[in-house]
Amino acid sequence: MFVLGSLITPGVGLIFWTSVVFLLLLFLLGKFAWKPILNAIKTREEHIKDALSSAEKALRDMRELQSNNDKILQQARAERDALLKEARATKDSIIAEAKTKAQEDAMRIVEVARELIENEKNQAQDELRKQVAQLSIEIAEKVLRQELKSASKQMEFVKQESDRIRLS
Amino acid sequence: MLNLRLTILFSILCWSLRVSATPSVTDSATAKKDKVNIAEVAFEHILDAHSWHLWGAGHDALAIPLPVILKTESGWQFFMSSAFHHDTHGAYVVEINGTRLINYKETIYYASETANAHGSYISERVNNGKIELTNAKPLDLSITKNVAQLFLAMGVLLYVFIAMARSYANHGIYTSPKGKQSLLEPLIVFVRDDIAKTNIGNRSERFVPYLLTVFFLILINNIFGLIPIGANVTGNIAFTFVLATITLIVTNVNGNSHYWKHILLPKPLYLWPILMPIELVGIFTKPFALMIRLFANMTAGHIIVISLVGLIFVFESLWISPISVAFALFIDVLECLVALLQAYIFTLLTALFIGSAVADHNNDGVHNDEDEKLLNPSH
Repeated sequence: MFVLGSLITPGVGLIFWTSVVFLLLLFLLGKFAWKPILNAIKTREEHIKDALSSAEKALRDMRELQSNNDKILQQARAERDALLKEARATKDSIIAEAKTKAQEDAMRIVEVARELIENEKNQAQDELRKQVAQLSIEIAEKVLRQELKSASKQMEFVKQESDRIRLS
Repeated sequence: MLNLRLTILFSILCWSLRVSATPSVTDSATAKKDKVNIAEVAFEHILDAHSWHLWGAGHDALAIPLPVILKTESGWQFFMSSAFHHDTHGAYVVEINGTRLINYKETIYYASETANAHGSYISERVNNGKIELTNAKPLDLSITKNVAQLFLAMGVLLYVFIAMARSYANHGIYTSPKGKQSLLEPLIVFVRDDIAKTNIGNRSERFVPYLLTVFFLILINNIFGLIPIGANVTGNIAFTFVLATITLIVTNVNGNSHYWKHILLPKPLYLWPILMPIELVGIFTKPFALMIRLFANMTAGHIIVISLVGLIFVFESLWISPISVAFALFIDVLECLVALLQAYIFTLLTALFIGSAVADHNNDGVHNDEDEKLLNPSH
């Protein structure tokens, strides 16, 4: 068929112009469109990629910082607890020490007092004993003087005493 | 293609309403006969033409005249297609610088000395039962309808993409895409990543501009072809021939040693006498298939639409028109998909062929034993 023949026979003119148009397009678009567009898209993609990764890094850093903070806080808390504990212990030990010391002091004072009292007592006893002896001698002297006022009584007494001495 | 439909529908309206009181208001050249030759009409609208026909027929037709550029026996000739006065039957002889030319079915011939019985200045002879024209043809480099649309497509592509490139320069590249960018960027990224990178590998970058140009040139011409007054450029075998040829050249110029080894020394060795010629032919069959696929798909779609509308004329009834219109609309919507799909397929296969020629199978930039291992894991 005549028309079918022209359908599948490529025309020289169209081949020529298609080649011209295509090569021109390839050159012009390649230079003025594809190159800047592809570059722009690529740069933007890289920019987005960078931005995403830096955001992720920032997040990671922040988390790290936060965990650091937590750690520091925990450390501080532990330190505070330790300090408090230590202080309490110190206080307790100081009090205990003071108590012991006070007790010791009291005991010593009591001891000294006791010794003093003992001494005083002994002295007083000695004094008392001396006075009692004095008094007794005086009384005995007085009694003797009274008793032996008469000579008979003196003789009786001597006799009595000499009897006792003999008996014993 | 669609202009035909509009013209026909409109004239049908006139026809059925008996508005066409005067027989001079004819619907087309085919109105001379009682029955419309749908095949002829269909081919008229699929093939290239020397003028850009808008509507009307015969002497009432409105057409944009286009430059005719011929290299005749007497040198280069330039004139406008309007010189033929809408004649495509070889009946009107244009005499320019002593050369007599006719337009016979949109091909320009040297006119015969005398007209035949139908008034056409052609000479025919019967060869093996087929009628052949004996008229010689000048070299025709005219700006035909297809060429004009190619120029238009080139202008649109240049405008759109250079404007897009500029908007990156003006608005900075770190802002979100706007307008043209947001429409075209996904397509560009799709061609770059899913067509080029997937099929060619890490050396795809240098082929991306070529693939983008092919993709968008085919796409825009497919779309223009769907517009009622558009030309059927991508359904023209000359256009697909050029693109396929360039793919052939790009593929083989970039073929690496492995590609050529695969063609010239196919394994196993005892099948070499059979395989080598097959592989050699394969170099050409792949782009040939590209050429035929695009041409046939686009042409077929257009023929279907014209045929569906043509039903109205075949049945000579207005009542068939709802069916025609419904089916034609369905096919047209399908053609919108096909327009995108065929552009994609052509680009994809081009990338695939280039990929097979430059392939290094582990993307390390060279083809070596490691790649062979990847290809034949059993060895």
